[in-house]
Amino acid sequence: MSQILSPLPGTFYTQPSPEEPVYKAEGDAVAVGDTIGLVEVMKTFIEIKSEAAGTFASYALESGGAVTAGQVLAELAD
Amino acid sequence: MQIKRLFIANRGEIAVRIIRAAQGMGITTIQSYSEADSDMLAVRLADESICIGPAPAAKSYLNIAAIVQAATESKADAVHPGYGFLAENAGFVRAVEAAGMRFVGPSADTIDRMGDKVAARQAAEAAGVPVVPGSKGRLDAVEDAVSIAAEIGYPVMIKAAAGGGGKGIRIAQSEEELRKMAPQAQAEAAASFGDGGLYLERAIQSPRHIEVQILGDGERAVHCFERECSMQRRRQKVWEEAGAECLSEETRNKLCQTAVALAEAVGYVGAGTLEYLYDSVTAEFFFIEMNTRIQVEHPVTEMLTGIDLVQEMIQVSAGEKLSMTQDQITRTGHAIEVRINAEDPLMQFMPWPGQVTTLQIPQGDGIRFDHFLYEGYQIPPFYDSLIGKLIVHGKDRHEAIALLKTALQGLRIEGVKTTIPLHLALVDDHQVLADDFHTQWLEPWLAQGNLTAQTQKGEIQ
Repeated sequence: MSQILSPLPGTFYTQPSPEEPVYKAEGDAVAVGDTIGLVEVMKTFIEIKSEAAGTFASYALESGGAVTAGQVLAELAD
Repeated sequence: MQIKRLFIANRGEIAVRIIRAAQGMGITTIQSYSEADSDMLAVRLADESICIGPAPAAKSYLNIAAIVQAATESKADAVHPGYGFLAENAGFVRAVEAAGMRFVGPSADTIDRMGDKVAARQAAEAAGVPVVPGSKGRLDAVEDAVSIAAEIGYPVMIKAAAGGGGKGIRIAQSEEELRKMAPQAQAEAAASFGDGGLYLERAIQSPRHIEVQILGDGERAVHCFERECSMQRRRQKVWEEAGAECLSEETRNKLCQTAVALAEAVGYVGAGTLEYLYDSVTAEFFFIEMNTRIQVEHPVTEMLTGIDLVQEMIQVSAGEKLSMTQDQITRTGHAIEVRINAEDPLMQFMPWPGQVTTLQIPQGDGIRFDHFLYEGYQIPPFYDSLIGKLIVHGKDRHEAIALLKTALQGLRIEGVKTTIPLHLALVDDHQVLADDFHTQWLEPWLAQGNLTAQTQKGEIQ
């Protein structure tokens, strides 16, 4: 298992926009550099990219939730 | 009706500003806050405070039902929306009024009307305010475009009538160029939108952004002169002045008088701003839109005129008359505001929320700092990056810039990155000193690396 952490505090989103599907769903392949979510910090959206490759397991919180720097956003199964 | 208990449906520096204005009028203040804002300065300063929901603005500061409920529970008789969030939301105004409270601002109908670009343009034209000259409707023949362009004046902007979002916009400097570009634009419009109809508008290149502050009580309106807000990055103002040195006295009078005419024509109540594009080459101004709220940069107008705009808007929203007539409003000297954002100007203005470890605020005549900071304060990441506004007032523009430099050097906000280095570079720039800039000036200036060079120079000294 590896974890993807938030580099910044803010609001976490699992989709590019409310109408679009989530970036990753359970079982999806994740390559290094794949975007898995967005963190909105002071009205700026930062793409969160995976630094590890693996299989997507789950998001650690719901879309729209508040996160702190260093908080786990998602988990990958190896 | 006198307002006795004012509910503040906003946060940050404008909440602090509203509390000070209201307390100065003997009004009890009730500050709303999200779960992320319980320790903000406005909560500490207000007489009372109430939580309106979780951190994300959609669940708190934008939640009409939660705000109206909180205001009702706290027995408020009026709601001040500040700027942003719900300040220009007609549905919010209607909800506040339906709950038996006053809204500090214009009526829902005025917000609806002035918020609609076409309706606002029509209201402006009816009141004699110049708008950007353009074709009345769609043009299908090149010959029609040529004859309309002759009336509008070159350069002209060619747009697809069915388009939007700036796609396919061309600028023709002459009839020859128009004859060449119009068929291309038609073909492209037909391919992109299935409609080859065109629309022509005068192209105002490198315009200045000039705006007029007005106040209205429903019957009478006054202006508090103009502001110059051309220093922008990504359409966000970063530096604002009052007044606009580039205007002749004749143009200034005309600009301000037509703004008053428009405000009176719509029966405006509260503080509002009419925004214009100004073509320095032809000395023409064109109305673009009206903002029906107090604006971020209102302090420069207050420094210029000595009027408390926030107190005035509270007074007229209570049903009282404006406290002054036009001839009592005078302008003295020159004022400049710079926006201090929690961003790193040397890293593409990346937001930088953090904890304020040291806060030193410059003091002195002609210096004002509107903010919501204190030492130990953790700036939350959920909202705007604006953390303060440094405002200076001098006897003329030259003196104001010199005072701004001194004040910026005396302003210390440690623990976060701020845009102070940007402003320190701007106060030394020869084009800024010469008042030689426009809305398209700052971004190329940054792209050319001016900020880095200036900052490094500053560090060596």
